[in-house]
Amino acid sequence: MAKATDVKLIDEFGRRHDGRLPEEMRPVSMRINVLDNADGSALVEFGRTRVLAAVYGPREPVQRFMILPDRALLRVRYHMAPFSTAERKSPAPSRREIELSKVIREAFEDIILVKYFPRTAIDIFIEVLQADGGTRTAAVTAASLALANAGIPMKALVAGIAVGKIEGVLVLDVDEVEDGVGEADMPVAAAPDIGKITLFQLNGVLTKEEVEKGLDMALEAIKKLVELEKQTLVEEYVTTEEV
Amino acid sequence: MSLTPFRVPIVPELRKSTILSLIAKGLRIEERDLYTPRLIKIEAGVVERAEGSAQVQLGKTQVLVGVKVDVGTPFKDTPDEGVIAVNAEFVPIASPMFEPGPPDENAIELARVIDRSLRESNAVDRKSLVIIPGQKVWVVHVDIYVLNYDGNLFDASMLATMAALIDTRLPDYEELETGEIRLKEEKKTPLQINKIVTTVNIAKIGDYLIVDPNLDEETVADTKLIVAYDHEGNVVGIQKSGAGSMTREEILKAIDIGSKAARVYFKSLEEALGERLPVKIG
Repeated sequence: MAKATDVKLIDEFGRRHDGRLPEEMRPVSMRINVLDNADGSALVEFGRTRVLAAVYGPREPVQRFMILPDRALLRVRYHMAPFSTAERKSPAPSRREIELSKVIREAFEDIILVKYFPRTAIDIFIEVLQADGGTRTAAVTAASLALANAGIPMKALVAGIAVGKIEGVLVLDVDEVEDGVGEADMPVAAAPDIGKITLFQLNGVLTKEEVEKGLDMALEAIKKLVELEKQTLVEEYVTTEEV
Repeated sequence: MSLTPFRVPIVPELRKSTILSLIAKGLRIEERDLYTPRLIKIEAGVVERAEGSAQVQLGKTQVLVGVKVDVGTPFKDTPDEGVIAVNAEFVPIASPMFEPGPPDENAIELARVIDRSLRESNAVDRKSLVIIPGQKVWVVHVDIYVLNYDGNLFDASMLATMAALIDTRLPDYEELETGEIRLKEEKKTPLQINKIVTTVNIAKIGDYLIVDPNLDEETVADTKLIVAYDHEGNVVGIQKSGAGSMTREEILKAIDIGSKAARVYFKSLEEALGERLPVKIG
């Protein structure tokens, strides 16, 4: 990040390289019930970012040592398909994927009603099919839908989005080009219906005021995303793209 | 794959209720207030073989950081920058909970949070690590070694990393006709440090926020927010780490509380390193 380039990412009219305004997110689409075998599944797209999530469980843990006597154990894997990136990504889990699996799991530990299912495991498997920025937040959004689709009781629905800073301007839903040259990237996931922020990271430099403003931008967008999730759970498929 | 931790330390109910009732009164089990870190001891230059090193005690938590440098090739997308690689090892001598083996998700998270905070703040000038542009650069390996675990590895490791980087001296070298770089015995060039960076680990316990949780407090905490600051007061990294959640107000309050605790950490670095501190802390 913070690399000097000649590319202008915000033009004289305040529009971004793909024509979006700073507070505009990419076209979003959500679909549930996309995989037969999984107990719940969802496919979520933010522009060209495409993420598939499958939920299995509550079920008997694969290994006995994973049994927790008073609650369900969560297993989360965030994984990028080798063909999802410009250069082939080795399918072996990278340090980044290991960290993201952890923060995504931690985004759901306080959301899923794990006490209802002692001695079981709930598995959330996430595959990034195409990466164009914002994959971890799209992953959280897809996982929330897949959990609901699996009928797993949750306190509320969760969605995620990133706020970035490019050329001094805070922008919503950064894509890969913007993330590559931007000054900051701040992914947020939250359950707005109960006022909980469940994933929060900042990579980059911001003032405290910018963190506050960026967080509010993200929370505003997350409210809309959760509304879309609810609509998706009723209609199976929703898109913000004009048809 | 990330699993709900199943080897968590057990905090006896009695101790847990003591911790909680003290915090409700604004007190801690180690006789400090909610926003004050534990006693800090920083010692730089503790491993002679390393190009830079430092050992930090934060209460009973002890972390040793060694910096080794070698000559390598730059990354393709940053041909005019050196490389800084951070790795953390939770070696089994440090805690009955640590097992031998490759770094687990906690060690990876720790290393990556510290790596990002250094990178994004441009704390170490990576452009100054170039030997031959596009071909030969210094590769600076920061290895975080946990020696005794009593909670809050983030702040202890960041302090030790910062002190070790300030302590680091690059070897003299000569460029051979073949283009090879031959390192000499003498080491005298310090790294070019632009910013002093520290993290502040703020734990949420019930409705309270506390700075620098020890292991018992970390174990009973709902979640933690690790905020990185540079010495100019900018936020240069954040990580929510832990299973729970926070409200918008708690996050903003944590960033405020943390900026005050960061001054304590900067002060400790200043006291330990004195004249060697490359920037003035206001």
